[in-house]
Amino acid sequence: MSKVLVLGAGISGHTAALYLKKILGKQHEVIVVSPNSNYQWVPSNIWVGVGLMEPNEVKFKLAPVYKKKKIVYKQALAVSIHPEGSSESEKPFVNIKYVEEGRQGEEEKVEFDFLVNGTGPALNFAGTPGLGPDLFTNSVCTYDHAAHSWKNLEASLKKMENGEHQTFLIGTGHPMATCQGAAFEYALNIAFEVDKRNLSHLADIIWITNEYELGDFGMGGAYVKRGGYITPTSVFTESVLAEYGIRWIKQAGVNKVEEGKAFYELLDGTYHEQNFDFAMLIPGFTGSRMKAFDKTDNEITDKIFVPNGMMRVDADYTPKAYEDWKPSDWPEVYQSPAYDFMYASGIAFAPPHGMSKPMKSPNGTSITPTPPRTGMPSGVIGKVVAQNIAYRIKTGKKDHPHKASMTKQAAACIVSAGYGFTKGQAATMTVSPIVPDWDKYPEYGRDINATVGVIGLAGHWMKLFMHYMFLYKAKGKLGWSLIPE
Amino acid sequence: MAEIQERLKNKAYSEYSYATRPTKFTLFIRRCLLFQIFMFFKLNLKIMMMVVKGHS
Repeated sequence: MSKVLVLGAGISGHTAALYLKKILGKQHEVIVVSPNSNYQWVPSNIWVGVGLMEPNEVKFKLAPVYKKKKIVYKQALAVSIHPEGSSESEKPFVNIKYVEEGRQGEEEKVEFDFLVNGTGPALNFAGTPGLGPDLFTNSVCTYDHAAHSWKNLEASLKKMENGEHQTFLIGTGHPMATCQGAAFEYALNIAFEVDKRNLSHLADIIWITNEYELGDFGMGGAYVKRGGYITPTSVFTESVLAEYGIRWIKQAGVNKVEEGKAFYELLDGTYHEQNFDFAMLIPGFTGSRMKAFDKTDNEITDKIFVPNGMMRVDADYTPKAYEDWKPSDWPEVYQSPAYDFMYASGIAFAPPHGMSKPMKSPNGTSITPTPPRTGMPSGVIGKVVAQNIAYRIKTGKKDHPHKASMTKQAAACIVSAGYGFTKGQAATMTVSPIVPDWDKYPEYGRDINATVGVIGLAGHWMKLFMHYMFLYKAKGKLGWSLIPE
Repeated sequence: MAEIQERLKNKAYSEYSYATRPTKFTLFIRRCLLFQIFMFFKLNLKIMMMVVKGHS
């Protein structure tokens, strides 16, 4: 019997665990270690943040699902990885610390034959002084944060109903933050809700972003065929912001926040301040900060993880100029080069470099979005990692029949721009591949026929449909594996 | 959005003044039920095909 340990129960880790158990069956053991007792469908946190959904509608308890699927679940935090075992143990293991009520602080060694690191991002609010829901800004990165944001947003809306002007600052809270899409849809949803209440005359909504051009979204922007033209996403994004009455500040690296004031540096090296009454700024992401040790307890963290805590996989990490970036730099199977029984999936893997061209201010500050690896690619990678591990266990072979390079995968992103069955709308964007391939598609970097950018009610229905469909799938209900990632 | 549009259009030479805006027809079609039902199925099919082709 083989033991597969999955760290993390987010979109990628949870997908990997479900597929592993489905393929491996009772003969093998699948163990999930996650400090969160709930699974959350992160894309719908936006609606929690504007009071249109309750946190309970975007999450469910993991324990009953894992019990039904016969997956061992430990509500704990992974502290350290020991891929060579230790002087007392031949098998590789992970040290975990329980956070489950009644077992807090209890430690355990969990041995494994194969490991999937799906720990997702750690929200690095500390990377920007003053940032975060405990300090001066809001967040929609988790359902708790989103619910907290809604309380503060509701207070701002009440002030506006009493005739008070409010400034909303939404965007990225670190010069190298990613997830612009989530912040962007939050800005649009706030504008939509303000307009619905006829309070637009009292609102100044500002989009602040580290993108060189609007619509970059950390993937180097894209081109969309529409209206008889091939149009860059910057035009598409500017148009949506202007339509919703949202001003923008681009090429901005937020470096500090105080109560009601954000400080930022522009790519031209100048420093500025922006006052706000309500701010939602996405923090920088890091890896989970697990340590790694060899058999004799020497630290080997650098061998397994890059400095920001994300895991090294089968990518080419040689530092290269933007002009020399190649699709082959990107990983295909997400396997650790140091230990071939360890894999990383979703946000936990370290990308070889960005997708957006790196930009630096004259002061030496990097102001560039890091590459996004959100829902769809995370789910696909989780599934492919599970399929490959299951194949290795069942056949004893070491090859990987399944591949999911982001240079071949397509991605769809549905950006909510207002909630309502007949009044809502969303921007539906698709790109193929996710990482631009300028050799294969020399004109636009991607397949222009597969790239879509449309706004409309259908997009809102799709986002709502996906909300219910993916929660159904994540609960492992009848036919769950027939639903694509 | 009318009040916002009014406020922004007076800021000539601002960045917003260079942004493209949807026409009334575009705004209509974005919420036209028949067209959007067609788009719902078209986009879902397109995304489904992309997912299936995206990994082996």
